[in-house]
Amino acid sequence: MKNRARLQDFDWVLLALVGAISLVGLLEIYSCTHAGSLAGMQWKQLMWIGIGMAGMCLIAMIDYHTLLDQAPALYIVGIAGLLVVLVLGFSRLGAKRWISLGGVVNLQVSEIMKLIIIIVLARYFTDVRSERLTLTDLAKVGALTLVPVGLILKQPDLGTAMVLVPVALVGIFLAGVQWKHMAIGVVVIALLVPIAWNMRHHLKPYQQQRIQTFLHPEDNPRGAGYQILQSEIAVGSGGFWGKGFGKGSQNQLGFVPVRYSDFILAALAEEQGFIGVCFVLLLYLGLILRLVDNAQKAKDRAGMYIVMGVTAVLGFQVLVNTAMVIGYMPVTGIPLPLISYGGSSIAFVFLALGLVMNVRMRRFVN
Amino acid sequence: MSSWNVNDQRVPQGRLTLFSYLSVAFVILLLVGFWKLQVVQSGHYSDLAEKNGIRSIPIIAPRGAMLDREGRVLVDSYPSFSILLLRDNRKLVQKYLPEIESGLGISAEDLNSQLEAAKTEPRFMPVIIKPEASEADLAFVESHRSDIPVLDLMMVQRRHYPYGEMLASAIGYVGEVSAQELEQSDGRYAPGDIVGKAGLEKEYNGQLEGTDGMRRVVVNSVGKVMRTLDNVQPIPGKPIQLTIDYDLQKVAEQDMEGKEGAVVAMDAHTGAILAMVSRPTFNPNDFAVRIPPREWKQLNTDPETPLLNRAIQAQLAPGSVFKIVMATAMLESKAIPPTYTVYCPGQATFYGRVFHCDHAHGEVDLHKAIVASCDVYFYHVGQMLGIDRISYFANALGLGHLTGIDLPGEEPGLIPSEQWVERVYHHKWYPGSTISVSIGQGSVMVTPIQLARMITAVASGGNLVQPHLLKDDTDVKITRFPISQNTVDQVTQGMWGVVNEPDGTTSELVKLKDIDFCGKTGTAQTMSYDLEHRLGKHIKENGWFVGYEPRENPDIVVAALVQGAGWGSFVAPIVRDVVKAYYDKKNGVISPPATSTAENSAPSGVSHSLVAAAGAPGASASAALRSTGGRAGVVNAEAAGAQRP
Repeated sequence: MKNRARLQDFDWVLLALVGAISLVGLLEIYSCTHAGSLAGMQWKQLMWIGIGMAGMCLIAMIDYHTLLDQAPALYIVGIAGLLVVLVLGFSRLGAKRWISLGGVVNLQVSEIMKLIIIIVLARYFTDVRSERLTLTDLAKVGALTLVPVGLILKQPDLGTAMVLVPVALVGIFLAGVQWKHMAIGVVVIALLVPIAWNMRHHLKPYQQQRIQTFLHPEDNPRGAGYQILQSEIAVGSGGFWGKGFGKGSQNQLGFVPVRYSDFILAALAEEQGFIGVCFVLLLYLGLILRLVDNAQKAKDRAGMYIVMGVTAVLGFQVLVNTAMVIGYMPVTGIPLPLISYGGSSIAFVFLALGLVMNVRMRRFVN
Repeated sequence: MSSWNVNDQRVPQGRLTLFSYLSVAFVILLLVGFWKLQVVQSGHYSDLAEKNGIRSIPIIAPRGAMLDREGRVLVDSYPSFSILLLRDNRKLVQKYLPEIESGLGISAEDLNSQLEAAKTEPRFMPVIIKPEASEADLAFVESHRSDIPVLDLMMVQRRHYPYGEMLASAIGYVGEVSAQELEQSDGRYAPGDIVGKAGLEKEYNGQLEGTDGMRRVVVNSVGKVMRTLDNVQPIPGKPIQLTIDYDLQKVAEQDMEGKEGAVVAMDAHTGAILAMVSRPTFNPNDFAVRIPPREWKQLNTDPETPLLNRAIQAQLAPGSVFKIVMATAMLESKAIPPTYTVYCPGQATFYGRVFHCDHAHGEVDLHKAIVASCDVYFYHVGQMLGIDRISYFANALGLGHLTGIDLPGEEPGLIPSEQWVERVYHHKWYPGSTISVSIGQGSVMVTPIQLARMITAVASGGNLVQPHLLKDDTDVKITRFPISQNTVDQVTQGMWGVVNEPDGTTSELVKLKDIDFCGKTGTAQTMSYDLEHRLGKHIKENGWFVGYEPRENPDIVVAALVQGAGWGSFVAPIVRDVVKAYYDKKNGVISPPATSTAENSAPSGVSHSLVAAAGAPGASASAALRSTGGRAGVVNAEAAGAQRP
């Protein structure tokens, strides 16, 4: 039986939300960069959005069941890719995240791994027949997730590695977890925290520093704590109405760190104020709710898991990035989906949304 | 198709709805966070944001100029540019170093050592790589603004001394504020501020320095200035007018060229200093731009102490100039009749020790004793007066304590007394020491300015004027020590004779036509005869001359000291030149440039004949006879021969 996609089932509302968020991103990137040597970045971003849209359509066309069929193969390819990066990958920004693809496109394998883990876990959870996950299931999910997490941490890229975890956690939550397992999980985490704290010396120095900075930002006003402080100053000084487009001193004078990428929300908060932040966060909330709606209307559990995997990644990124900007979370290098500048990030979001469209367009197909 | 259930419809609607609620809750939580920052604490963060981007850059106020008494500029300030190297970005600096080297003509080693020296300072502090940029340098920096982003310019105010070494010792110099001054300034100074360090620059620093202005600029996160917000213009320092007369100063400077010593010319009615020279000296322009450490060390360790202002800081034996104090004490104390005479056979014995005179003067009265500077006469006077009376009159005439001139670092000199010896050396006063003191040797130490003031006081009937260099200072400070007219007459007639009578100690050439030029010579040993004998070498004596005109109630007094001159009479022509320039100017005569200096005017015949006769009396004291103009035949230190039985 072939599941035929129907064009009228394409999610135009979701696309409108994505378009609106992307437009906000383009405008803010323009505001952040127009005055300096980085001028014109918004056009590059627009180009990536175009490429992403094409990729989204491409992914939407392949029946997600076919993708799920290939899950084991995709997983092996993904892991192999991560290993190749570790061995051959060239260093950029101090991390071996990139492999050169024909010297033109720098592909971040870990971004692709995010897509793969969504598919692989969706496949796994669909295969579970019981109402609630057994301990074996949990162990397998854990293993499937933690292998790529470990490899990405090794690059080292804490942010991307962390993003894989909510895919598993949301999946576990939806698949149903036994109360005693939840209780055990809570206890284990409670025990692991002090152990992890003692293990912190095994982290890379910059990671140690980030944790230290998060806990005591005032210790190093010129270092990483400086970034959080400057971000908070930008957000706070924006006030309720904001300083106006292109008028944020923190942003325009370069006090906001990587203002066009990880900290773009701080730049936006300074120029557009609380009102602007509300608008953006409500757009994201709309996006998330729309994604959940898609999951609820999915034809089968497999589609639901794919959509919720995407939702978990996007929701987690929005949450962590936003919380970082106002100092509620340490600096981890997680971009704000669709708004932060960056080809890999944009491409991932659109490919992930391609999976969602894929599911949506096949909901009435039999 | 697959082993797994494609059509499993069991979608957990309830959990998905719960997920939605959780999402809404998280968004609300985040918005609360933003509300706290953007609405509740917005004011606090706005302040921080403002401070972040705004820097205050001082605009240095120019220092006030110094003018001479006729308004001629002696010291000035001018704006200049320093070239800064911004070293926030080490890589950029390294990249552009070769271009900077060739463009500004700075050697690679020089640049690297400057960067090395600034290593401990914060990175955002730029390094001054060229304190004073030439026009070519400025053009280079300006034209490469965009392609060499690590260079910048800073406007500074430089001190300029158009006449270089002229008057340098009195003017002093400026330099960067020291850590100590910084601490004591209560925040008025910032590191790197330029303040007066010596001389008038230090004394009148408060008037000369202005109030720096402020330029508030917006800077970006790496400190680059984006635009100017506002300017607070600096308030320039006030100029000060000095009592110095450039014309007299020039004459004195020319006469002192290549010598070691000092000249002070003073208005005898007011104490206004008309000229002040100290040699060797320094060029204050060297200090206006950061002085290289090597040069500073050289100036400080130079055995000729160029940083010393000898006019107020050289404490030396006055030699026979002190006889004026003796004569005044003799007449004013009335302990000895004014008609007192002594027979001078060329030497005299006191307390078992032979004290020499440079000439067998025969029958000597007070007038002749001053004119011919007879030591034997004053040995007797001193013995009769005793150290206490001598000390009293010397002190009363301003010797041994500060004159109060408006310059930092004045030295008080020393007039020995019984109490002083007991306090410092813990023994009784040796009567023999009084004999040495009587001719301005022994422990007596005075400064040139003190001698000028002392002679003024005697010739004006007791007016001790306070010397000063600031012309605005209109109230003349005079301490009165009344001296009877009779004493004034007798002593000043003696000093007239020194210059104008045939057996006076100065050369015939020193006489000035139509002017009542008077004065007193002094030749002071700098080392005891015993010490000289032991070292087997002769250090030439210090020559003094204090001259003035007219004879009574003088207008101008000039004291000159030439260290190692050998004879006081060699120094007299310097004083004559200055007095002549003063007189000519007063009478509207444009004085020709002074060509006759002390060196090329011959000493008097008297001196020559004395030198010829020197070898005669033999013994250890034979060297004592190499002298003229009232040079003392005795040691200068307490510890030396005077205590020998």
